Amino acid sequence: MTQPKTIVEKIWDQHVVHQEKGKPDLLYIDLHLIHEVTSPQAFEGLRMNGRSVRRPERTYATMDHNVPTRERHIIKDAVSKKQMETLKQNCDEFGIPLADIDHPDQGIVHVIGPELGLTQPGKTIVCGDSHTSTHGAFGALAFGIGTSEVEHVLATQTLWQASPKTLNIKVNGELGTGVTAKDLILAVIGKYGVRFGTGYVIEYTGDAVRSLTMEQRMTVCNMSIEAGARAGLISPDETTVEYLRGKRHVPEGAAFDEAADEWLALASDEGAVYDHTLEIDASEIEPQVTWGTNPGMCLPVSASVPDPAEATSDNKRAEIEHALNYMDLQPNQPISDIAIEHVFIGSCTNSRISDLQKAAEIVRGKTVHSSITAIVVPGSQSVKLQAEAEGLDVVFKQAGFEWRDAGCSMCLAMNDDVIPPGERCASTSNRNFEGRQGTDARTHLVSPEMAAAAAITGHFTDVRQFTSALQH
Amino acid sequence: MEPIRKHEGLVYPLNRSNVDTDQIIPKQFLKRIERQGFGQFLFYNWRFHHDGTKKEDFSLNQPKYNGASILVAGENFGCGSSREHAPWALEDYGFKVILAPSFADIFFNNCVKNGILAVTLPEEEISQLIQKAENETYHLTADLENQVIYDNEGFKTSFEVNDYQKEMLINGWDDISVTLTHENKIKQYESKKVGV
Ligand code: SF4
Repeated sequence: MTQPKTIVEKIWDQHVVHQEKGKPDLLYIDLHLIHEVTSPQAFEGLRMNGRSVRRPERTYATMDHNVPTRERHIIKDAVSKKQMETLKQNCDEFGIPLADIDHPDQGIVHVIGPELGLTQPGKTIVCGDSHTSTHGAFGALAFGIGTSEVEHVLATQTLWQASPKTLNIKVNGELGTGVTAKDLILAVIGKYGVRFGTGYVIEYTGDAVRSLTMEQRMTVCNMSIEAGARAGLISPDETTVEYLRGKRHVPEGAAFDEAADEWLALASDEGAVYDHTLEIDASEIEPQVTWGTNPGMCLPVSASVPDPAEATSDNKRAEIEHALNYMDLQPNQPISDIAIEHVFIGSCTNSRISDLQKAAEIVRGKTVHSSITAIVVPGSQSVKLQAEAEGLDVVFKQAGFEWRDAGCSMCLAMNDDVIPPGERCASTSNRNFEGRQGTDARTHLVSPEMAAAAAITGHFTDVRQFTSALQH
Repeated sequence: MEPIRKHEGLVYPLNRSNVDTDQIIPKQFLKRIERQGFGQFLFYNWRFHHDGTKKEDFSLNQPKYNGASILVAGENFGCGSSREHAPWALEDYGFKVILAPSFADIFFNNCVKNGILAVTLPEEEISQLIQKAENETYHLTADLENQVIYDNEGFKTSFEVNDYQKEMLINGWDDISVTLTHENKIKQYESKKVGV
């Protein structure tokens, strides 16, 4: 019998182009996604060296980071405009398909890849963006790269990569009602910190992971990088196959069944060996809220802000003090007492149709708290259209939310969706770094349900109590 | 890319862990389409007030660190976004060597591509170096060829570096040209696996 293998080993073995002792492997890249921010210097490099794009048809571009989410044709910022025009020129010059701002397929790169069926199990996928790990939800080996590597992939369709260590995160049991995939991944990072995944590819396994939908799996894999892991993935199963059936870029008919068999065969074998395994119990997880300035600074909504006086080391104490100072929070303050001024529902973590459906359920018939500005930014124009067909836009607008066009928006505030200095936001995105949503802005990461509940009450509210209160 | 074999320089200590690339270069400066000129925006929100005036109390703004070229920082340096603008900003500002107990993967790779020597040293040594550089004008030498870091007061430590990355850094190679020497293999792979 052959040695049992993990999905990572299987994908790796299928993609090695060249191997030499003492060197990283040269890996073939099946799909290269690009966007306007991390690509211009790569194309410039190609031009300077007289190089072309090796496989333009394996490359796909969109505009997401900079695009305005309202009045999208009036791009006030000249530099943003230039960056978007540059992407268009580069795609024209090198023959790369582009979903630009006028295109119906436009959206956040990690939302449209899966939506179009470009993302498939077993593929190696890269993008000049650290949340490329999202595509791992399909059992693809997907990771973020820098601009020099973008140039390298454009020119050669390959990358030098040292084979990674594997980390199995086994999530047993079942998530409770009102507890989401976002809470699951936040709880993992809250427990193990923001660097435990460095040097590893994470494979999420266990009953709780198996019962997640594809969109929920994307939320989990999306935040692998926040644990330090470049990639996180989930072995394909029937859920994966059913999601992909009928998507534009996947094969049809008999060819689909054949592809599906190959996909399913990629799943990690029984008895495959991981470099490391962590087990957690899903039933113990509560809705999470981050209180600090990295995603590991995270606690259940029922908890209180940590007290630096109780820190286990001087470094930890300094870190907590620094974060509380930036976040303007008091030690031991109950998380549910934290009042907010902004709510952002969007980003490649939580802007898919099911995220919007769940949030809409919470706000339906309610009114956004008077002190809050709340926006919903769908992950793609296609998510936006579907939501509108379901009347979700009306639900949000009637409650007092703004309803926007697709883009990264307030996840990193490169366009004009910016949180003013000193103000506080409940955000469904993935990073609460200092200044991420605006200079001196304060970010709390939560699930779409928790963001929606906070929008109504004006402060963090356990969505489980919120929904039960609704029922009575 | 400039080769880097041996570098001697003034040390700047940044005693923080998990310094993310959003801090190294905030997003408002990612809109440029050039590779050069990012140094002025390095650690922008730490170095400057909203109105663009300098925050005099931020350590890097202190005159004693003018001309620093070796950065010593806490663990998980460069975490977060994949933006290569972070090493571009560090390099353009004048940093050639970064020492930390650990680095984020993508950032580390991006450093190699830009001729910045990123070296992992044990936490105790890093604390010791940070302390020295906080208290005095402190110089270090990083010798990549011999894989050692030392000062002229008797401190000396060796470090690990992957052979491939060492070769790239020492020669200042552009790895696309190296890869293209394997073009036949790429072609073979494509004709076998993905169709031409
Ligand atoms: S939504 Fe946020 S995290 Fe996702 S790609 Fe855009 S900027 Fe990056």
